[in-house]
Amino acid sequence: MRHLMSPLDFTVEELDKLLNLANDIEKNPEKYAHACDGKKIATLFYEPSTRTRLSFEAAMLNLGGSVLGFSSADSSSAAKGESVADTIRIVSCYADICAMRHPKEGAPLVASLKSSIPVINAGDGGHQHPTQTLTDLLTIRSLKGRLDNLTIGLCGDLKFGRTVHSLIHALVRYPNVRFVLISPEELRIPDYIREDVLKRNNQDFREVVRLEDALPELDLLYMTRVQKERFFNEEDYVRMKDFYILDKAKMKLAGPDMLVLHPLPRVNEISVEVDDDPRAVYFKQVQYGVYVRMALILTLLEVEVC
Amino acid sequence: MLNVGQLNEGVVLDHIEAGKSMQIYRYLKLDKMDCCVAIIKNAHSNKMGKKDIIKVECPIDQLDLNVLGYIDHKITVNIIKDARIVSKKVLSLPEQLVNIITCKNPRCITSIEQGLDQVFFLADPEKEIYRCRYCEEKYRSMRRKS
Repeated sequence: MRHLMSPLDFTVEELDKLLNLANDIEKNPEKYAHACDGKKIATLFYEPSTRTRLSFEAAMLNLGGSVLGFSSADSSSAAKGESVADTIRIVSCYADICAMRHPKEGAPLVASLKSSIPVINAGDGGHQHPTQTLTDLLTIRSLKGRLDNLTIGLCGDLKFGRTVHSLIHALVRYPNVRFVLISPEELRIPDYIREDVLKRNNQDFREVVRLEDALPELDLLYMTRVQKERFFNEEDYVRMKDFYILDKAKMKLAGPDMLVLHPLPRVNEISVEVDDDPRAVYFKQVQYGVYVRMALILTLLEVEVC
Repeated sequence: MLNVGQLNEGVVLDHIEAGKSMQIYRYLKLDKMDCCVAIIKNAHSNKMGKKDIIKVECPIDQLDLNVLGYIDHKITVNIIKDARIVSKKVLSLPEQLVNIITCKNPRCITSIEQGLDQVFFLADPEKEIYRCRYCEEKYRSMRRKS
């Protein structure tokens, strides 16, 4: 039995297989409509999340399965003081697979150690969010046709943004990927990513402050939100939150094939006037999130569809 | 030079960084063992200037010496039997530490989940970096930290 804790749990070959399956689901959804008949997913969300929880639930419903779970710690037995280990032992008796989001880092790993069903990490604090990374990889591969030979701009909060860190981890495994790290001085990529991941892998990267300087050379721009909840000081947040705003004028500096991705929710960093630009694919990305979660559920449940 | 009697069976931990012996005493859980222990602080050392030494009289298998690799793998471990040094144990950084150190990250699940072992794995032997198994918070080996 396998679990998914980190995007690196899958080898490049396994990842290819998973993304191929997701693309097949996209093309032939009816083929998979009853693949999980009679199966149940438990969505154990100890903190609120709209998109991720609904995406998992939509994925299971699309496969013919059903859904149970809770959407906040208050409505679960955690409010009574039950441990993660006990909760998962009980949920293992009710469901066939589980997606867990928890504010504490490592909680899904603790669950996986005690579980008799596959556990998917649906986000654990600022630590990992592997299904977002799988979503990003599927979006890039589907729309660009490859995961290698790319120049990727990562823009915004590169210090606290876990999606950016996970994406870098996943993409350094592919040849000839260049990163342009675009952030204000205060929100630069952490040392451990720069030293332990980028430099150790001899990765080609550069750090810039101005988005305009990077745009012309990018195949892909991954925008992120400056997250209010990561700041201790309101003043710092206010100063940083509108540092980057991607608008129509800036999009004119980009190439005709540059794609714009965003893990969402977006606040001010992408102006709504960009939404109609064919290069803006962040809402398509949400749809790919459902396909990749369907593929993941099938893979972890070892369901073969002929 | 202070003289401490000879051991019949046990270990002599030599070349401990001066002042570190009490930490090692606690990590080896010597306070919980019913055996004869001598701690020599600030002994003269040609190599180090000053050093600490610990002598423990007990059957060798009662001590978990692997933890010493985390504290300082440059400590010399002499194994004594029949009042003679029969071998010297070469220390290395242990691959895993269980319930030796605790994770200080307040966002880590270990801060609230009861009955959970504190587990750290060796992430970078060269830089002597350990990471918490659950949240991957970084910790340096004791030697590098000081």
